[in-house]
Amino acid sequence: MRNIFLFIRRFFTLIAFLALQAVSLWLLFTYNKFHRSKGLGWANEITGKVNSQYKSVDDFFNLKVENQRLHKLNDSLLNLLPANFEKIDTSARRVRDSIPYDTLGNHREYLWREAKVIYNTVNAQKNYIQLNRGSNQGIKDNMSVLNSDGSAVGVVINVSPNYSQVMSLLHVQSRRSVVMKRSGNMGSIEWDGKNPLYLTMKNIPKSDSIVKGDTVLTSINSNFPPGFIVGTVAEIIADKSTNFYVLRLKTAANFYNLQQVHVVERVGYDEQAKLNEDTKKKIDDPKNNNR
Amino acid sequence: MSDLVRNIIRFAFFILVQVYLLNKLHLHQYIIPYIYYLFILWLPFSISRFSLLIIGFLTGLTLDYFSMQIGVHAAACTLIAYIRPFVIQVLAPKDSSEFNYREPSPRAMGWTPYLVYALILTIFHHFYMMLLQYLQFGDFMDFVIKVISTTGISMLLIITVELLFPRKMKFRTNTA
Repeated sequence: MRNIFLFIRRFFTLIAFLALQAVSLWLLFTYNKFHRSKGLGWANEITGKVNSQYKSVDDFFNLKVENQRLHKLNDSLLNLLPANFEKIDTSARRVRDSIPYDTLGNHREYLWREAKVIYNTVNAQKNYIQLNRGSNQGIKDNMSVLNSDGSAVGVVINVSPNYSQVMSLLHVQSRRSVVMKRSGNMGSIEWDGKNPLYLTMKNIPKSDSIVKGDTVLTSINSNFPPGFIVGTVAEIIADKSTNFYVLRLKTAANFYNLQQVHVVERVGYDEQAKLNEDTKKKIDDPKNNNR
Repeated sequence: MSDLVRNIIRFAFFILVQVYLLNKLHLHQYIIPYIYYLFILWLPFSISRFSLLIIGFLTGLTLDYFSMQIGVHAAACTLIAYIRPFVIQVLAPKDSSEFNYREPSPRAMGWTPYLVYALILTIFHHFYMMLLQYLQFGDFMDFVIKVISTTGISMLLIITVELLFPRKMKFRTNTA
């Protein structure tokens, strides 16, 4: 027993060193695996407070660019006003207005909330964005985030009462479904962790005719509302081993200066996710598979 | 100003500079300037090895929470806090009473030993941090290039800081 104590005293620093290493590696691997950690809630509140202080100064220097972008968006929205069109076929149009059900029985599908980016990086391989809205303001996991000009930015992965964290499209584990605007073919986008200006798009069959500059939009299969721009094709690489193209996309959102963003909630998301789960269970269950 | 107060101010300063200045500079995907660990390099000679470890761990963890990659910097900082006393021991003059200054600095150690000391700890810090990132996702050549280029820019920053802000060094006296 005495020897054990002597041993511990002799190698106390080494043992402390190994223990601290173990703690940091444990934090590293559990956090990145589940995107959640026990201590992150309050730490998020503290870093969020410091970040919003900093942001209030930083905002001042970006007012001009932001104004131009807002103006652009307002302009395109004004173009969509029903008054601009002579004839509207209401039965064919999907109406999105501010209450869940209106008197005509139109169903609301997407709810838009505005938020401000208070911290954002593009340097790391796993880039996260912090927003100044949290669960108190109705933000939930899996909501999508669009830039102020309507281009795709990322998906909410963690919320604290007043702040939330977004997995940027510039994250090596991010994988989102998208669609080619011209042909309607579905593909998926990911990031190779290198250049923050370009994303990689996969699963577009070689039968699709693609030219440089083609637009890629968000798809109905993802958390994003469909039809918003993700990027444009910058380079077309034919993958020789498969029947698919690998495309390099120039991102539509400028990740270097994100300021104001929209957080979009898909109202039916939980129900849809549950239906997916149930279907999977039904198919995988050997008892139901006797036909 | 006492050592404690001075180091607390330094800690806040280095973290803020790293988070709000250097992490926001988008120089190149391979060149990410790091300077915050200079805080650990500047801690007094007299600090005990155990408290050095704890301070290193907390420094890294603070930066981790700001950059939202929990554990990476904490592990790297703990490593350099652990090997710091060994490096100082190797570089120190034989007669330890010649160590008249409180903290490592070019004036206290001489330029060459100080730069060797900074270079060794910088390489260890960057190598370990990039290794942890590479193990999760990455490309081997990227990893090697990143370690070399980031070490280069960090050494450049350290030399600049030492030249621009020479610290007023106090002699270690019995009364202090």
